Amino acid sequence: MLLQVENLKTSFHTRNGIVRAVNGVSFSLEKGETLGIVGESGSGKSVTCYSLMRLIPQPPGKIEGGRALFDGIDLLNCSEKQLQSIRGKRISMIFQDPMTSLNPYMRIEDQLVEPLLIHEKLNRAEAVNRAAQALADVGVPDARRRLRSYPHEFSGGMRQRVMIAMALITRPELLIADEPTTALDVTVQAQILELVRRLQKEMGMAVIWITHDLGVVAEFCQRVVVMYAGRIVETAPTAALYRNPKHPYTRALQRSIPALQPKGAELFTIRGLPPDLSRDIRGCPFVPRCEFNQPQCENPVSLEPVGEQHCSACVRVQRKEIQL
Amino acid sequence: MFRFIARRILQFIPVLFVIATVTFFMLRLAPGGPFDEDKKIPEEIVRKIEAHYGLDKPLWQQYLIQMKNLLKGDLGPSFKYPKHTVNELIAEAFPVSLQLGGLALLVAMALGITSGLIASLRPNTTSDYVPMAIAMLGICVPTFVTGPLLSNYFGLKLGWFNPGGWFFPEDRVLPALTLGFYYAAYISRLTRGGMLEILNQDYIRTARAKGASTSRVVLRHALKGGLLPVVSFLGPAVAGLLTGSFVVESIFNIPGLGRFFVISAFNRDYTMVLGTVLFYATLILVLNLIVDIVLVWLNPKLKFE
Repeated sequence: MLLQVENLKTSFHTRNGIVRAVNGVSFSLEKGETLGIVGESGSGKSVTCYSLMRLIPQPPGKIEGGRALFDGIDLLNCSEKQLQSIRGKRISMIFQDPMTSLNPYMRIEDQLVEPLLIHEKLNRAEAVNRAAQALADVGVPDARRRLRSYPHEFSGGMRQRVMIAMALITRPELLIADEPTTALDVTVQAQILELVRRLQKEMGMAVIWITHDLGVVAEFCQRVVVMYAGRIVETAPTAALYRNPKHPYTRALQRSIPALQPKGAELFTIRGLPPDLSRDIRGCPFVPRCEFNQPQCENPVSLEPVGEQHCSACVRVQRKEIQL
Repeated sequence: MFRFIARRILQFIPVLFVIATVTFFMLRLAPGGPFDEDKKIPEEIVRKIEAHYGLDKPLWQQYLIQMKNLLKGDLGPSFKYPKHTVNELIAEAFPVSLQLGGLALLVAMALGITSGLIASLRPNTTSDYVPMAIAMLGICVPTFVTGPLLSNYFGLKLGWFNPGGWFFPEDRVLPALTLGFYYAAYISRLTRGGMLEILNQDYIRTARAKGASTSRVVLRHALKGGLLPVVSFLGPAVAGLLTGSFVVESIFNIPGLGRFFVISAFNRDYTMVLGTVLFYATLILVLNLIVDIVLVWLNPKLKFE
C-alpha cells in the first residue's frame, strides 16, 4: 500500500459559513496503480488532493481531520519540514492551468532544476543536464536552447509538457494530476495523456488522475473514485464502474456523455444543482436530484461493498431495491 | 536597448523645451517682480538694475536670450543672490539634498519593504495589522508634524542629536528618518499589496508543490513580481527625495535644494525658478527612464519598444 487516506475532512471558513468541501473521504492506492477521481466542479476532488499535500490556503481552508498515510508517514500531521522533503521528491503534482502554473518571471531552466537543487543537492551543471534530458523526454524539441526561454514563449501544450517534466524530474513514487488536460485542445490532450502513460510505465509510479472527463478515466485508470458534494459515492475497478454502475449519480453522469446518446436526441442533463455545502447534509447528498429517491434516503449513508472491490453509498442499491 | 534609450533621451528635448517656455511665461504673468521691496526704491535705480539683467527689453527678446543661454547650459545669474549664478547655487545645494534624499531612500526601502513583506506573509493577523496601521499613520501624518516631534524629543529632550543643522555626520539621522518614514509608509503598503497578489498566484502553489521552503517561495518566486508596484512608485519618489524636501530642510535648517524651490518662487527670482524647475524635470525624466529599464529587466514579458 503506497497511500491510504482515511476519513479526510477539509472545510473552508468563509463569510457565508463553513463550507465542508471534503467530508469524510477514504481511499487507498497501491504502488504503480492509476486511480481516477471524477466528479463535477465543486465536488471536492481537487481539494482532496491539495489537502494531501497541505497545499490548500490556510486560512480560510482547514483540514479538520483524518489521516493520509504515505509509506507510513501521515501527510496531514507530519511536520512542515518532513512534508517539504516529500513534496516534489516522492509526490509531485501537475496542475490544471499550464498558463498560470509556471512562474512568468523565471526561466524554464531555473524552474526545472529547482526540485533537483532542493531535494537531490545536485550541482548546477548536473541539474541543467538532467533538466535538458527531462525536457527532451516530454517531447520538447531543441530542449537545451528552450531551457533559456520564459514560459510566455511557450504554447499551452508545451507549457503542460514543461510542468510534467518538472513534476517527474525527481522520479516520484506518486504523481497527482489535477485535470492537466482540461485547459488544452483535444489533440494536445491526447498527446499529454499518452505522454504521462508512457512515463508512468517507464518509471513505475502511481498516478492519481483528477478529471471530470469520463472518457479519460476509461482509457487511463485502473480504478475510479466518484465524488459528489465532498463525499465518495462510488468506487470500483474502471470496467465494472462503466459496465455496471452502482450509484444513481454515476449512472446519470454516464448518460450525460453526449457521444453516447443517439444523434438528434435532446442531451441528457442531471436536473437541479449540487447542494450548498455550507448546509448540513444528513443523508445522501444526491437525494434532491435523484430519480430513485425515497424517504429512507434522508438517513445517514455510508460507503458499503456491493460487489467485488465495488462500493456504493446508495442505500437502495445496497438493499438491492434498484437495478441501474 | 540602446536605440530605446537613445530615442527616449531625444524625447526629453521637446518636453524640456515646453516646460521651460511655460515656466518662463508663467513667471512673467505672476504679479510683482524680483526687485519689488517693501520700501520704495528710487525709479532710477530700479531702471538701472533692470537694464543690468536685461529686463528692460521686450518680452520676446528676453525669451530668446533666455532660451539661447539655456541651450548653452547656462541658467543665468540669480536675481536674489548677486554674484552667484544659478548653476553655482544648484551645484552647491544639490549634493546636500542628494545626501539627505539618498539616506531617506535607504530608510524608506529598508523599513517599507521589510514591513510590507512581513504583513503580506500572514494577512489579516496581528503581524499584518500592526505594520499596516503604522504605515497608515505614516501616510497621514505629514513631515511637518513628525519632523518637529523627532527634533524636539531626540534633539532637545534626550539630547542624542542636534535638533537642527547640517554640520556633523549624526546631523543626517533625524532628517533622513523624518523624510524616510513618510516614503516607507507608501512603500510598505505597495509591497504588501503586490506580494499578496503574487502569493495567491497558481505558480506559487506550484513552487510549494515542488517542496520549496517558505523563504525560498517568497524570495525566489514571489519577490520579483511583488515588487513591481514599488519599482514604478520609486521613479517619481526618488526624484522628489533627491531634490530635497522644502519642509524637512526648513525644519532642520539644511542648506539643500528644496528650499530654493519655494523661496525663489516667492522672490520672483526668475532665473532661479526656471533653473530649479528644469533641473527637477530632467531628474524626473531620467529616473522614469531608469525605472522603465528596470521594469523590463524584472518582467521578461516586457520588451524594449
